[in-house]
Amino acid sequence: MAWTRKDLLTMRDLDAAEITLLVDTAASLEEIASREIKKVPALRGKTVVNLFYENSTRTRTSFEIAGKWLSADVINFSASGSSAAKGESFIDTAKNIEAMSPDVVVVRHSSAGASEILARQMRCSIVNAGDGCHEHPTQALLDLLTIREKKGHFEGLQAAIVGDIAHSRVARSNIHAMRKLGMTVTVAGPPTLIPPFVGELGVKVSHRLEDAIRDVDVIMMLRLQQERMTGGLIPSLREYSRYWGLTLDRLAAHARPDVLIMHPGPVNRGVELSPEVADGPYSVILEQVSKGVAVRMAVLVLLAGSKAAQA
Amino acid sequence: MKSTTILKGGRVIDPANGVDGVHDVVIVDGRIERVGASKGEAPKGAEAPKGAEVIDVAGKIVCPGFIDIHVHLREPGFEYKETVASGTRAAAAGGFTAVACMANTQPVNDNRSITDYILAKARSEGVVHVYPIGAVSRGLEGKVLSEMAELAEAGCVAFSDDGRCVMDANLYRRAMEYTLPFGTPVISHAEDCTLAHGGSMHEGVVSTELGIPAQPAAAEDVMVARDILLAEMTGAHVHIAHLSTATAVRLVREAKARGVRVTAEVTPHHLVLTDEAVRSFDSNTKMNPPLRGKRDAEAVLEGLVDGTIDCIATDHAPHATSEKEGEFDHAAFGVVGLETAVSVLLDKLVRPGSVALPTLVARLSADPARLLNLPGGSLTPGAAADVTVLDLDARVKVDPRQFKSKSRNTPFAGWELVGAPVMTIVGGTVVTPWQQ
Repeated sequence: MAWTRKDLLTMRDLDAAEITLLVDTAASLEEIASREIKKVPALRGKTVVNLFYENSTRTRTSFEIAGKWLSADVINFSASGSSAAKGESFIDTAKNIEAMSPDVVVVRHSSAGASEILARQMRCSIVNAGDGCHEHPTQALLDLLTIREKKGHFEGLQAAIVGDIAHSRVARSNIHAMRKLGMTVTVAGPPTLIPPFVGELGVKVSHRLEDAIRDVDVIMMLRLQQERMTGGLIPSLREYSRYWGLTLDRLAAHARPDVLIMHPGPVNRGVELSPEVADGPYSVILEQVSKGVAVRMAVLVLLAGSKAAQA
Repeated sequence: MKSTTILKGGRVIDPANGVDGVHDVVIVDGRIERVGASKGEAPKGAEAPKGAEVIDVAGKIVCPGFIDIHVHLREPGFEYKETVASGTRAAAAGGFTAVACMANTQPVNDNRSITDYILAKARSEGVVHVYPIGAVSRGLEGKVLSEMAELAEAGCVAFSDDGRCVMDANLYRRAMEYTLPFGTPVISHAEDCTLAHGGSMHEGVVSTELGIPAQPAAAEDVMVARDILLAEMTGAHVHIAHLSTATAVRLVREAKARGVRVTAEVTPHHLVLTDEAVRSFDSNTKMNPPLRGKRDAEAVLEGLVDGTIDCIATDHAPHATSEKEGEFDHAAFGVVGLETAVSVLLDKLVRPGSVALPTLVARLSADPARLLNLPGGSLTPGAAADVTVLDLDARVKVDPRQFKSKSRNTPFAGWELVGAPVMTIVGGTVVTPWQQ
């Protein structure tokens, strides 16, 4: 099958075949990382703009490396703070960038729907690199690539996503993607961090870590944002860590011996993950990061490539 | 010499007088002279003086002029969004002959000079009747009562801090008590802002999927419950603005049954749209209260039909494009409604048979007039000749560029609708001439 979309905005939009194409393409590009000369000419003469309205180390760097390995010209545009604070509106910024004829704009923004709004306004391809609490599709793709490499398949696998589901774009993208690929998903956390009606998305809900991690193939731990306490959602980090922190003891007592521990980063060591778990044998956290580059190469190739095919 | 206009041969629906049939409406010197049986021939001698203008409205619906009791005219202070001149022209284009305008102007309409200013603007530049609504609290700050006696004397027909909720229950109780002698209702923007927590949309499965900060229906419900209890305690008339939830409908229904003086309005957008529309991330689907779930939309429709909800009001809230485009959660709350309401209601509610046409006419004319004790709302002889003529077969496509309003923020852009207001008469003067 061929990629036909102009943009990559959400996992919700994609069907299983499209997700599989992205994962397969990423898998085929992975070996570039091990080459002595990490450069292929796939996107020579193409311009990729990283438009980041939110701080990001891993995702921006990952897109930048992906673009450079593909020989694209990569420009980083970091708007510090909100677009309003900068004095130029989001739409004006987009129109100005459009006027410089980029081929792909990778956007990270604190507002849900920001990439949809850009996609409507701009002719070039838009990649959603995280929009508010909405979606983060390339993160889900790199999670899927990691899972498939370790488990060999998706169908029938069980995953538990644990922590602040309500504010997690990673959780939303993974819920959609995993469900489409035949996985079973449980979301777990204190009720204040579980969004209302999430069961209608086809997931199970658990309010107890020990139950959530029992017999699952994948445990995805989410970062707990410090500001959730001031928002009145949890009483203290101490209490959260006590009931929701993943420790070796809990793993040994309740989880399968071949479980994968994943985390989108950055990890709050000692809060949601104990250091022994983060660095332990179950953890694939750094492999996720490596695969992130391959996934972003795949996305750039498919988006910029599909346009070349039309031309 | 007397000036006479005859609207000839239309179906006249005048709920206040129990009229629904083919009649001629005779207007003399700006007042309704009589509504009489139409024989399909020219009225005789005295009834049709020479020089009378006869307008053939056969096949059309002739109604008392529609009244929108919830409009933001934005003047003074936000003239770039709307003015009395543009807002009243939008009203006339949409079939409304009178509007009540909210107090959240700049400066706030919390003192007589602002009320006088609005009324002076309405006299000099307006084309429909304008009834100002005064602020409950000074500066809409929810701390000190505004000078409501003088505001009422100046012409304010109700009091509201609309746009904000008066969170201080004691102040709201005192506002209800203080205004009792004036016979003016207090209009409640029912939103517990601590519970709403700045949410940009309705809390439900759609907000969960979209990851947009959301406000639960309960933020409205708890405040409707509070205000019903305060009205019950004080004996005041509280009117719930833009009621939007199933629970609030039930609360109002129960309160009315036990005799509380509570009334309510619903907007066209809460009747015909749900939070599913927000999936577009189009900020023209962002308003407060937000578009609710399907069950809520069904409940407000049921409430409108059974009379729990007394009237329809647009909550016409103009904003400049720059305030609405861009990120959803940064965009201003509110949509314009004056120029789309009637067509949306005719096409989406009357045509499918959800609401009978006479009920819709009542909810847009007699009922709002009754709630705010306004003149108008009927074709009673002697009344000012405020008339709205509808064509149930007119086909329209909503084109915001054609709006008389200064603003374009509608969720209905591009909608193709059947049924439209085609003529608006204010005090006997044809303000919006025959459109087709």
